Amino acid sequence: MHPAPSVIVFTTLSGLGFGLLFWLGLGVIVPTGWVAFTFFVIAYLLAVGGLMASTFHLGHPERALKAFTQWRSSWLSREGVCSVAALVVMAVYGSGLVFFDTAWMLVGVIGAVLSAVTVFTTSMIYTQMKTVPRWNTPLTPLLFMAIALAGGALLAGQVAIALILMPVAAAVQVIWWLRGDKALAQSGTDMATATGLGSIGTVRAFEPPHTGNNYLLREFVYVVGRRHAQKLRMIALLFGYTVPFVLLLVPFSHIAALVAVLAHLGGIAASRWLFFAEAEHVVGLYYGKR
Amino acid sequence: MTTLPETTQRKMGLVIDLDTCVGCHACVVSCKGWNTENYGAPLSDQDPYGDDPRGTFLNRVHSYEVQPLAESGMPHPAAQLIHFPKSCLHCEDAPCVTVCPTGASYKRVEDGIVLVNESDCIGCGLCAWACPYGAREMDAAEGVMKKCTLCVDRIYNDNLPEEDRVPACVRTCPAGARHFGDLGDPESDVSKLVEERGGMDLMPEQGTKPVNQYLPPRPKDQVMAAPESQIDVLAPLLAPVAEEPKGFIGWLDKALEKI
Repeated sequence: MHPAPSVIVFTTLSGLGFGLLFWLGLGVIVPTGWVAFTFFVIAYLLAVGGLMASTFHLGHPERALKAFTQWRSSWLSREGVCSVAALVVMAVYGSGLVFFDTAWMLVGVIGAVLSAVTVFTTSMIYTQMKTVPRWNTPLTPLLFMAIALAGGALLAGQVAIALILMPVAAAVQVIWWLRGDKALAQSGTDMATATGLGSIGTVRAFEPPHTGNNYLLREFVYVVGRRHAQKLRMIALLFGYTVPFVLLLVPFSHIAALVAVLAHLGGIAASRWLFFAEAEHVVGLYYGKR
Repeated sequence: MTTLPETTQRKMGLVIDLDTCVGCHACVVSCKGWNTENYGAPLSDQDPYGDDPRGTFLNRVHSYEVQPLAESGMPHPAAQLIHFPKSCLHCEDAPCVTVCPTGASYKRVEDGIVLVNESDCIGCGLCAWACPYGAREMDAAEGVMKKCTLCVDRIYNDNLPEEDRVPACVRTCPAGARHFGDLGDPESDVSKLVEERGGMDLMPEQGTKPVNQYLPPRPKDQVMAAPESQIDVLAPLLAPVAEEPKGFIGWLDKALEKI
């Protein structure tokens, strides 16, 4: 799958933003006044900035409001509805903390649940794709949730929670990679079922429909950089999970916290790039590619 | 609404005969011609005369080489070349429809055709992700999703002569490899053809229940050595007239032998 920068930025930043909103809403940290204002500005910049980035790859962003209508059937529509609901409810909770020094816990908990559900709906957009066997597993929502909650805890300065969730997220990440490497072969879809010609013999793509490139090959058969996959996985593991974990163990300083958050963001961005670049869409089989 | 209908009154679709298709790409050209001039946004091309020409197509023809497995009776079976046109299969359980966030994609109750309402499409591309067959392509100029309409603007078009009220690809196919009809009606010509020839679904394991059916190539004739008992009346007439070369070629043959 083509790793569109807008989608990588969106899933990485808004995942972290909604992760922070989750812990804020749960009341694990109850800042007030200017401190609360700062926390909420960071969370909203990440969450809303990510959502804005996601509209950049649309053919017709001016019609984006229509995407709120199909929540009964579409995970993308559900994500839109949940994200707006989470942002509105958490804005109410945040205004209580900033302006009235009061934590309206019920509002906060509802906002926290909506924030977590938003990350879940994002992950389901990918998980539902039977056409991409690497994504089509319950491990995908688990991975997105683990990363968002671990990153949110890191950003909220919750050392104890982050120290537990970082290794958990790293473990889910490794399991997700190992399962993903076998996913296409185990999906049961191959050139024989794609063409229906497997009963005659071994099928080989002889000639593509045209000598040039096309939308399908650009969007679904992205092979550039797959050969660096193992290196990028190591980078993702090191910066996304290990560096923040180690920095959480050393005595607190704002510099170390900033480095931990930036390393985490960079590592997760690498992991998210691989999430797309390594994913094989079954339509590639029609072209004898994967 | 992007939920799928429980059932459709008819299941209009194509039957594509892989035995007959000669891979001429006439269906590709006629499809592009009709659908760029009629319903919806035109099918644009980018850099058509330059170094990297590309464009939107609703129908593409692949070619596959299939190598049969060697058997004791056939130790070196010849490979077969099979041309393979591919367009939207108008699936009963179309995954492209349910993922659409705006309701632009829908499956019609009256005939089962899967269509895109282009004025509602935001061009997110998710429906193309959900399709295992690569039947949907985003138009780079228009920013909306394009797909086969089963020539919905031909098949019900009273302004066309009756013989033209079929999809452009079917009308144009010089080999008669494409058939159009109601696959929900077991008595229709296309259903009988599918029954007779063992029509198949593409990627049945994806659970899309495609309406379009593909007819597998018929087994190829094999040239067998004639049994000893059979007298070949033509054999004496077909025997070589000159076993040994004569004249200049004969001299050249001998000269080269000696070197």
